[in-house]
Amino acid sequence: MKHLPDLLRIATAGSVDDGKSTLVGRLLYDTKSVLADQIDAVVRASVDRGLDGPDLSLLVDGLRAEREQGITIDVAYRYFATPQRSFVLADTPGHVQYTRNTVSGASTAQLVILLVDARNGVVAQTRRHAAVMALLGVPQLVLAVNKIDLVNNPAEVFAQISQEFGELTRSLGWSDDQVIEIPVSALHGDNVAIKSDRTPYYDGPTLIEHLETVPNVTDRRQVGLRFPVQYVIRPRTAEYPDYRGYAGQIAAGRVSVGDEVVILPSGTRTTISQIDTADGQLATAHTGRSVTLLLADDVDASRGDVIAAVADAPEPIQQFTATVCWLAEKPLRPGARLLLKHGTRTTQAIIGGLDALFDEQNLTLIESPNTVELNQIGRITVQTAEPIVADDYQVNRENGSFLLIDPQGGNTLAAGLVGDALAPLHLQQAELV
Amino acid sequence: MFIDELPPEEIHADEFTTLDALESEAIHIFREVAGEFERPVILFSGGKDSTVLLHLALKAFWPAPLPFALLHVDTGHNLPEIIQFRDEIVERHNLRLHVASVEEYLADGRLTERPDGIRNPLQTIPLLDAITENRFDAVFGGGRRDEERSRAKERIFSLRNAFGQWDPKRQRPELWNVYNGKHAPGEHVRVFPLSNWTELDIWRYIAREQVLLAPLYYAHEREVYERDGMWMTSGSWGGPREDETVEVRTVRYRTVGDGSTTGAILSDADTNEAVLDEVAASRLTERGATRGDDRVSEAAMEDRKREGYF
Repeated sequence: MKHLPDLLRIATAGSVDDGKSTLVGRLLYDTKSVLADQIDAVVRASVDRGLDGPDLSLLVDGLRAEREQGITIDVAYRYFATPQRSFVLADTPGHVQYTRNTVSGASTAQLVILLVDARNGVVAQTRRHAAVMALLGVPQLVLAVNKIDLVNNPAEVFAQISQEFGELTRSLGWSDDQVIEIPVSALHGDNVAIKSDRTPYYDGPTLIEHLETVPNVTDRRQVGLRFPVQYVIRPRTAEYPDYRGYAGQIAAGRVSVGDEVVILPSGTRTTISQIDTADGQLATAHTGRSVTLLLADDVDASRGDVIAAVADAPEPIQQFTATVCWLAEKPLRPGARLLLKHGTRTTQAIIGGLDALFDEQNLTLIESPNTVELNQIGRITVQTAEPIVADDYQVNRENGSFLLIDPQGGNTLAAGLVGDALAPLHLQQAELV
Repeated sequence: MFIDELPPEEIHADEFTTLDALESEAIHIFREVAGEFERPVILFSGGKDSTVLLHLALKAFWPAPLPFALLHVDTGHNLPEIIQFRDEIVERHNLRLHVASVEEYLADGRLTERPDGIRNPLQTIPLLDAITENRFDAVFGGGRRDEERSRAKERIFSLRNAFGQWDPKRQRPELWNVYNGKHAPGEHVRVFPLSNWTELDIWRYIAREQVLLAPLYYAHEREVYERDGMWMTSGSWGGPREDETVEVRTVRYRTVGDGSTTGAILSDADTNEAVLDEVAASRLTERGATRGDDRVSEAAMEDRKREGYF
């Protein structure tokens, strides 16, 4: 069978000073994902600014506001491909005040590239980003040790940074096969697409090789079917007078014809009688595929319900612990009445207590805060008007995530993770200051 | 609660390809909108991206009829083949079509022709009026993030105020695949199911699915004249200047738009597969190659988006 490329979603995090835009520009350039007229525009702009060579970072600095400020203010999506894989890259800003963007970009990522400047090594921001990635359950982490050509004793520097980063990531709960350090020069292209002959102390893959071969894993732990019903398809046409299909995207697990399933939260059991797509029926469908399920019995299911495997169906919950990354200017206070969107269900929610705050700077926990402010991560308790059929985020990202929404303005206030996502980080407790 | 002993499930490349992943994502987006909005509409230009968009929408709700209407903003500067194609597609799939006509706005004085005769910038007001009059609350567009740098930061669900404006600094964060469609009365949400597709993905998908495009996407003989490296067709928007000569060439269009600024390229690619090969080998982005209005300034697209254009 002819090999067809699959899709890997990745993200980058690091500050502009570390050369992140240059690295992203380099990835696009070296995979020939930049076309002639875009290169011409960059060369022209580089000459206008009096630069010697083309500034690859200009390939990715898009908005006028950020060009004026010289910083990257929002998540930007980039696309590149090799014969092995296609990549969707969420390029996230690194500044402290933009944690919300880091969270947005990394929420869908199967792999995150953290960037450090070899001259500075692992800094506070690296620790913060690594902690946020651990919290979000990102399956794979790459540390790109950039500007390795600018240090005097690169072998020693790289070994020292790798050791420090290894200790950090192990303490945050990653295993060694999930983490790799690669010495690179984004400016000159060393170890990005082409193996550098200037790094004899490194015998691992180039960044691109690693991206092409890393397991395309959706989740570390496997759960049974989770199928949030999006829409009920009822044609009522002459050809399909009685057709009733439950449309959705498989959030986790797989589904086969004949599987015994349960509709939650009602708890009604039935059997999968048919798996439809517009291209024909499937015997089995896997995580990520949009399908339409037909059920053997005439049961009641609608948008917001979850069809789950009988063997390990989650318990519907109405009161639970959650971890939130607060994304709004207005702080979160106990007792707040908000909307919660989980999967395809939106319900009213009341925030109970604020249990703890994650101090990203010191990697400690602060007990019983009064508020959770913009860009802060906190552990809270939530009560919902209707039950949600969720997994713990640590068990399944897709079915363990939710949004908190402002019922008035409609804005997204928080990224929510069901359960205590801070627990695996092994944080020290600190006094409230 | 979970089956911990099993190894993590890998997505097997040969079973679930990039195109499958992108298709499933787009279908998921269509169904979310159908589940959450009252009056969605698909912007349909007759171009390849909106034809793919419609193809995906039809698949998302199969075997039920499409639960949305189409909206075409007609500049009056369309090549006749595009209007014919639009009407054929509407009839074939038994769709409802709304047309917002720039021509009508010019006729009754609500808009005036620009000195350069380009109609694309004039689409904004008829589009917003059509959205308001029909109370559309979700408007699907075929925009892709890889098209242009200012689109790289566009959300899949992009909230617009009553003026249709897009404020890059006030966009909602988009997390996982949980989309927030909340909006106030008078506001609407632009939805871009093709956000993560590249031009090459679009052509691969067209070839795989045998999507039928408007005929001018395929090589054909046409009377054209050369201007700024593009091959232009005469029409209501004008024709060749004195120093330009009309000749018959084998050309195809890579993008459709206002006939006064959209040109064809010389090409022999007359099938989906041949076009795919040509695009794969191409070293020019589609907008840079054939859309005059995007060449004006580096920030041209960002400005137009702020004004409420796509």
